[in-house]
Amino acid sequence: MSVTVSLFQPQLALHIPDGFLSLPIILVTWILAIALIAICLQRVQATYQERAVPLMGVCAAFIFAAQMINFPIPGGTSGHLLGGTLAGVLLGPWAGSLVMAVVFIVQSVLFQDGGLTVLGANIVNMGLIGTFGGYYLYRSIRYALGRDSLRSVLIGAAIAAWTSVFVSSIVCAFQLAFSGTVPLNVAISAMAFWHFMIAIGEAVITVVAVSYIWRTRPDLMYHPPRHAVADTSRSYSSR
Amino acid sequence: MSNASRTRNRAFLLSGLGIALLIAVFLSPFASQDPDGLDRVSQDQGFENKASEEPVAHKLPFYQVFDEYALRGVPEQVATPIAGLVGTLATFGLAWVAGKALIRNKSEGSDVQDR
Repeated sequence: MSVTVSLFQPQLALHIPDGFLSLPIILVTWILAIALIAICLQRVQATYQERAVPLMGVCAAFIFAAQMINFPIPGGTSGHLLGGTLAGVLLGPWAGSLVMAVVFIVQSVLFQDGGLTVLGANIVNMGLIGTFGGYYLYRSIRYALGRDSLRSVLIGAAIAAWTSVFVSSIVCAFQLAFSGTVPLNVAISAMAFWHFMIAIGEAVITVVAVSYIWRTRPDLMYHPPRHAVADTSRSYSSR
Repeated sequence: MSNASRTRNRAFLLSGLGIALLIAVFLSPFASQDPDGLDRVSQDQGFENKASEEPVAHKLPFYQVFDEYALRGVPEQVATPIAGLVGTLATFGLAWVAGKALIRNKSEGSDVQDR
């Protein structure tokens, strides 16, 4: 039994498979996911400009690829990037959420990774908690420390990335418990224990990726540093 | 958008997608095979068997092509890299098309991104 199960669910990370959640939890998470994605579609259409498009494609591709790379953590377990905070930092919560939804749709439809019936829950847990919660935490820290320095961006991104994964695992524990899959106290302590460490990997990868964008194309970021914006408009007007 | 920024964006697009493809194709075979977070918890707490044996995704045609992150019918060494290649391109394409469709021909002057 356990052999068959592990054969088709070898790497689920925080990806919830079909069967773990009850119908009420499935419905609530679907409604939340669809409502927020609808707002995101509207906000992207109304407020974003074309320079966000290349970063949307690249960000989605990178997060999909990075999610395939499970890194080992002590104790015989592994984890991988979720990327919600990364997407929120680079693209803002609106386009960031759309990018995360695309990643989970491709994973569940093409590769059976994460159940289709619980796709709403997976989008909320691994996407929206990072793109909204992670993003607003990152922005508060960055703006408090100094908006235009790489240091404050990276400190904000690291803390937000760690926190979002840890919170996601607790939210997932609540969903499992309310679904009657596992007792709440057991779910919380077990999920928190492993994701305390997995979240460190999330922070490291997020910091590396954000520094890369900051050094190469800071003007594409959602809140670009002021010098990068000034540089671009100068080069526009000189041509 | 000026020609110069178009060229710069294309360069960014190709290098970014290139990095993602390198990760998906060449690093994926080295990914840890240990159970990850939720997987480990479900095994330790004995609820892994609640995962549905016949998930909805198995009824999709893609299940005939990919068994999780492995292309069917090819040697093991290339099955996961090819799945990574296809998945990365599909994700990139979907996100790019979604962005293009939503953000059409907007002038740089209407910048409200930087509040």
